[in-house]
Amino acid sequence: MTVLSTTVQPGFWAATGMIAAVVLCSTAGEVLTASAMKSIGDLDEIRARSGLKGAILAVVTCPRFYAGVGFLALAFFALLFALNHLNLGLVAPASASLTLVTNAVAAQLFLNEHVDRRRWTAAVLVCIGVYFLAH
Amino acid sequence: MSHIRPTPRQYLVLGFVALSAPLGDSCLSRGMTSLPPISLAHPLSLVSAVFTPWIAAGIALLIGFFASYLTALSWADLTYVLPATAFGNVIVELLSRFWLHEEVSWQRWLGVFLITAGVGFVAHGPSLTERPQPEASAASSGIAEEQLR
Repeated sequence: MTVLSTTVQPGFWAATGMIAAVVLCSTAGEVLTASAMKSIGDLDEIRARSGLKGAILAVVTCPRFYAGVGFLALAFFALLFALNHLNLGLVAPASASLTLVTNAVAAQLFLNEHVDRRRWTAAVLVCIGVYFLAH
Repeated sequence: MSHIRPTPRQYLVLGFVALSAPLGDSCLSRGMTSLPPISLAHPLSLVSAVFTPWIAAGIALLIGFFASYLTALSWADLTYVLPATAFGNVIVELLSRFWLHEEVSWQRWLGVFLITAGVGFVAHGPSLTERPQPEASAASSGIAEEQLR
C-alpha cells in the first residue's frame, strides 16, 4: 500500500498571517533593541570611560535588550515555520522588504525618530530593491 | 533637526555592519555545504560542525555584526542603520558578479541600483534625531516658571 503525500499550500490568509508574524516579531525586536541601546547611551563613550567590560556590562544588564533579543528569536522561529509551509521565493522578499517599512513606521511612533521625506524615500527604495534582489 | 553626521570611525562601524552579515552568512553556507548531510537523528554532529574553520569564521563574523549593529544603534537612528544592513545584499551581488563571475539578472542589477540609491539618500541626511537635553529642558521649564511668577 502506498501512502500518497500531497503538499497542501496554505490559503491567502494563512500565508498572510505567517508573513505578518515574521514581520511583526522582527519589527518589535528591532525597535526594542534600538530603544535599549538609546537608553544605555553611546557605547563608544562608555567603552572609552569604563573599557570593553563596562560596555558589555551596560548592554547585558538592560532588561529591554533581552526583550528585543527575545522578539528577534521569535521572528527567527516564525520565519522557520513560514518556510516550512511557504516557498522561500515568497517568504524571503516579502518579509525582508515589508520589515523595512514597518520599522520606519514603528521608529516614528515608538522611538520618536524624525522620519522625514528623505528617510521614507530611502525605506521604499530599499524595500523595492530587496524585493528585486530576493525574488 | 540638526545635521548630526557620523565620524569617520562611525562610518567604519556602519561599513562593518554592512559587510560582516553577508560575509558571515556566506562562510556559514560554504561550511555547511562542504559537510556531509546532517541527520536529525544525530544532532550532536551539529556541535562538531561549529569547530570547522568556515563555520567558526562565519560565527565570529556574525558575532562581530551583532556587536557593531548594537554599537551603531547606540549613536544613530534605527531608520539610519537599517539601510546599511540592506547594503550588504549589494556587496554580495557585486562579489558574485566580479569575484565568482556569476550571471546577475537585470532584476538583480535593478535591486542593486535601488538599494544604493536608498542608502545614498539616508547617508546624506542626519544620523540621529536631535532631542532636547533633559537638563536644558529642565532649565527652560524653570525659566518659564520664573516668568509665570
